[in-house]
Parts: sequence; structure tokens; C-alpha cells
Amino acid sequence: MGSRASIQLQEAELNEIQSETGFSHNQIVRLYSRFTSLDKGAIGCLSREDFLRIPELAINPLGDRIVHAFFTESNNETVNFRQFMRVLARFRPTKSNQNKNKLNTREEKLKFAFRMYDLDGDDKISKDELLSVLHMMVGANISEEQLGSIADRTISEADTDGDNQISFEEFVQAMERVDVEQKMSIRFLH
Amino acid sequence: MDGEFLKLTLYLLCSTVCCVIGLTVVLAAIGKSLGIRKLYTSVLLSIFEFGKSKIERYEKQRYQREPKDSESHDDSDRSDKETTENGGDPLIQRDIAIDAYQGIRIPSNRADYDLTNLKKEFHMSDIMYFAKCGVETIIEDEVTKCFTAEELRTWNFLTRTTHGHQYVSVRLTVLWCLGCLLRYLLLPFRLVLLSIGLSWLLISTAVIGLLPDISLRRQLNRYASLICHRILCRACSAVVTYHGRENMVKNGICVANHTSPLDVIILSCDNCYSLVGQRHGGFLGLVMKLLARTADHIYFERSEVKDRFIVAKRLKEHVEDKNKLPILIFPEGTCINNTSVMMFKKGSFEVSDDIYPVAIKYDKRFGDAFWNSSKMGMVQHIFDLLTSWALVAEVWYLPPMHRNENESAVDFANRVKKEIARQGGLVDLSWDGQLKRMKVKDSWKTKTQDDFSKILKVD
Repeated sequence: MGSRASIQLQEAELNEIQSETGFSHNQIVRLYSRFTSLDKGAIGCLSREDFLRIPELAINPLGDRIVHAFFTESNNETVNFRQFMRVLARFRPTKSNQNKNKLNTREEKLKFAFRMYDLDGDDKISKDELLSVLHMMVGANISEEQLGSIADRTISEADTDGDNQISFEEFVQAMERVDVEQKMSIRFLH
Repeated sequence: MDGEFLKLTLYLLCSTVCCVIGLTVVLAAIGKSLGIRKLYTSVLLSIFEFGKSKIERYEKQRYQREPKDSESHDDSDRSDKETTENGGDPLIQRDIAIDAYQGIRIPSNRADYDLTNLKKEFHMSDIMYFAKCGVETIIEDEVTKCFTAEELRTWNFLTRTTHGHQYVSVRLTVLWCLGCLLRYLLLPFRLVLLSIGLSWLLISTAVIGLLPDISLRRQLNRYASLICHRILCRACSAVVTYHGRENMVKNGICVANHTSPLDVIILSCDNCYSLVGQRHGGFLGLVMKLLARTADHIYFERSEVKDRFIVAKRLKEHVEDKNKLPILIFPEGTCINNTSVMMFKKGSFEVSDDIYPVAIKYDKRFGDAFWNSSKMGMVQHIFDLLTSWALVAEVWYLPPMHRNENESAVDFANRVKKEIARQGGLVDLSWDGQLKRMKVKDSWKTKTQDDFSKILKVD
């Protein structure tokens, strides 16, 4: 199935994706093969159901948020291969850049993480949004009051301009000592 | 003169064909083999190796201008030898994985990811564990690849497995054409054998079905069934190697990993079983009905909850009757692509404390036995099989396993599954094979949520 995929993907498109995302030729071919195997309807793009058909993603507490990230990129009901690759490009290790690529910088990775929390897309994380995401991650194991106090503490520590919400700049500041490279990069073997 | 000559050659041709087929049937009846199929498969293997070296050289030339990523340099040595048991060669190194039963796991055992003894305050970066896990799983996950045919590492001269390789060099193209010719020439022979096998099945079950239930009937049934399955095996040019035949079951429950309805045929060449399975429609359903005329097979409808109790009861009765045939069960409940073993349903492990495990592994270079029921129907699958090179499989009869005191049926099932996976060189997965058709259950999220909550320090 791998080689059949490389025939369908045009050389020109491959080169464009390579320059845009920084993935190697071989990686793009392999990822295209994966894309087509997820595309059950063979329509050339993926729907939400196609993503959630992956069991390990469907049981991920933040599965819906991750899928949402792809659809924000495409701004559409479906995700095509270019958009798929652009999202994946954010998870490329930063160190592996020969030419500076603008998609896998520390800032882009932090933006991805920020958007996991920012449910309504208004570029601010409110207490309710934080509580929602906390709820997704812990399920029924921690009580409402305890979650509430965790949310309060988190916001007060990060919030510098006093609006009781976390903006992207405040988020970046809070991640100062976090090894974003290690936590948000995927190790490619080829 | 020409007419006479033509008639003579036709006559000779027909008689050789009939002789060959007759010989095959006779050999099947007595259970012996001339070793021709084994010779054929070893010749094929050397041709595949030739093809592999040619393609490797071609690919090297094509990608020579690709500058190697500094990232991949660190792992390049490992990636050459890296073969997951799944046979495929992974694109990424999984750092964090989640599972319905085991929660959060760190497959790469990275020291900086050690979540086991962690107890920390919540930090907004914690979301990154789930985000990275999710994206890793979108790139590569261990479940979805179980439900499609495995990708082969070396080309086996069938365009159905890899497209485009036949254009690599002239020699390969010639070999591929010859290969096509050979396979499609063999097809009519195989079809004839298949029809002989099926008609034997039809006739023998009809005749033996008329006898009352006495030991003679059971003897006859045994011989008839062995002959029928041997003929069917020869129709696919099957070369099956049986290991550990001293562990073969005589009475009791036998479990095996499931790849295709062919599993039944190759196991039935050696021993006679009672089958337990989902009722099917179409061609397969017809064959199942025929088989049921002379032996006590247990068929059920998976969706019928009542059926489950009836089946369990019938299983128990069957096992306790020493005169009855051993039962063959596939606890996965569905066909998996022979790279992994998925969750074993506990039903059969509740009925009996003694289980006879069997591991089946197919050599996919000669032809893929995996039946992807969502992609193709039975007839298409049979056609693919009959036009493949051969069907090469290894069967290991493992020593019987006994349930320990205080061991639950689920734990026992997992223990047996682990043994089968180990022997067959398959990946042991705890995911449910029913995921082929069903969606995940929301309750499966809880183990991961539990694991994460344990890490958090809460006042």
C-alpha cells in the first residue's frame, strides 16, 4: 500500500509540502499512506469520524480537543492532506532543522497547547474553560471543590494583568521553565 | 492429418491433467505428500530474495540525494535492525500510549517521562502528555493496523501487495509476467480441486448423515473430514508445518488465534473438531450448514444475548461428554491480520479449566490468508487465494494449560493469549477485536483518567 500512495501523490505537491513543513520525502510518503488508510470513504479528506475511529484517540480524555485542532487548521468540515501535514509539522523536533522552519518553533508548539484549553477560541483561557479541561483529564476522581481550587491557583499564578483569564502571553510566561521541546516533539525514526 | 494430431495432443493433455488431479486426490486420501509443494515454495523464496536485492538497489539510488535529518541519525542504527513483532517498520518512536485496561504507559521507557512515582501539583503543561499521545496515535496506532492486510517488507511479485515495483528493472518485469502466467495457469487446476473437495463434502456429509449416532459413524466422519480438508488444502497449494503434535487435543477445548476461515481448514487436516462460531450468510454459511450435518457444531448469533447462555450451556455439556469431538474456538471473535493477538473473550475459559492452545502463523510472502470482511466478500477472497503463490503456515500445538486456583477466567484467558503470542511471534494486545466494527466505550477512558488523577497532588 505504501508504494501505491507515492504514485497518487504528485511530485510537485510533495515538494511543496516538504518546503512548508520540513518533513523528509520518505516521511511525507509514509504519512500519506497513513492518511489514505484513515480515509475510509476514499474522498481525499478526513472527517471527525475518521479520526475518532482510531481507538486510542477515542479514549484519549482530550481526544475531541486534539481532533478540533485539525479542524481549526482547515476551517472546514474536512481535513485535507496539506492541512493534516501542517498540524503534524508542529510536532517535529525543533533541533532537526537545517533551515529554520516556521511551523515547529517553540511558539507554535505552545500555541497548540494553548488552543487545547481555549475552548471558544477567543485567545483567552477562562476559569470555566480550565475547569472543563481539568474535568476531561481527571474524570470523576477529584471533587468539584478541589478542581476549583486547582483552577483558581493556576490562574492566579499565571495571570499578570489581573483580568482573571490567561492570555497567550501569560501562558508562554508560565511555560518558561517547561521543556517544551521534549514534551511536544515526536521522535521520527526515518 | 492436422486434425488427428490436434486430437492426440488434446487427449494427452487431458489425460495428464486428470492423472495429476487423481494423484492429488489419492495422496490427500492417504495423507501423504510428494514434497512438490515444498520444493515449489523454496524456489519461490530464492526468487523473492533476488527481487528484494534489486529493489533495494533501486530505492537507494532514488533517495540518495535526500539529506539525512540530524534527528534520524541518532536512531538510524537502531532503525536498521528495528523490527517490531508486527513486521512493519515503525515511523515514530512512541513515547506515551494509553489503553483501556492499562491506562497510561511509557513504551519507550524514557527516564524524563517517568510518571510512575510522580506526585506533583497540576501544571498547565500537563495537557502536553495527552496532546502528544493523541498526535502520536494519529500517526501510528497499534489497533487500526490489525484490521488491514500487513505490508510486506520484500516484494512477492504480486501487484496486489505493492504497486509499481514491476517497473523497476527489466528482469523484474519479466519475472513478474512469468509469475502471473504461472499463477493464472494453476488457477483452473486449483478450481477443479476446490470443486472436488466441496462435492466430496456434500456427498460424504449427506451419506454419513443418514447413519444413526454410533461409533462407526464417528469413525467414517473423521476420515471423510480429513480427506475433504486435505483436498481443500491442496487446492490452495498449502504447505503447513505442524509442531508439537504430541500436545494435540483429544477431548476438551482448543483455542487458537484467528486470521481467516482457512484456520479451520488447516487445523482440520490434522484432527477433527467441533466448531463454535458466528452464524454466517452466503457461501461460508452454506459450507457451515453442510458441516453441521454430521458433527455437533455450535453456531450462534453474537447479537443475541440469550444465545450466549445457551452456547455456554451447550459447550459445557459437550466438553463433559467424552465421546464427542474436541471443540475449536477462536476467542478473539473476529479475523485479525496475523501480526497480533487481540483480547480473548472469557466465555470459553469459564467453561473448562483445561485449555489446549494452538498458535497459527502464516508466511505472508506466499499469499495473505487474512480475510478483510469489510473490504471484500468471500468469493473475491477465495479468488485471491487461488491466484496467490501458495499458503504457507506454521501451526504450534502448545502444551495444555490449566487454570490456577483463584485465577479468574479473564486472567486465565490473558495467560493463554500471552503464550500463543509468544510462540507465534505475534504482538500481544489487550484491545478488543470487536473494535473492527464497534466504537469505543466511554467507560474505557476511566483508567487513563484514574492514572492521571493519581499523579496529581490534591489538597
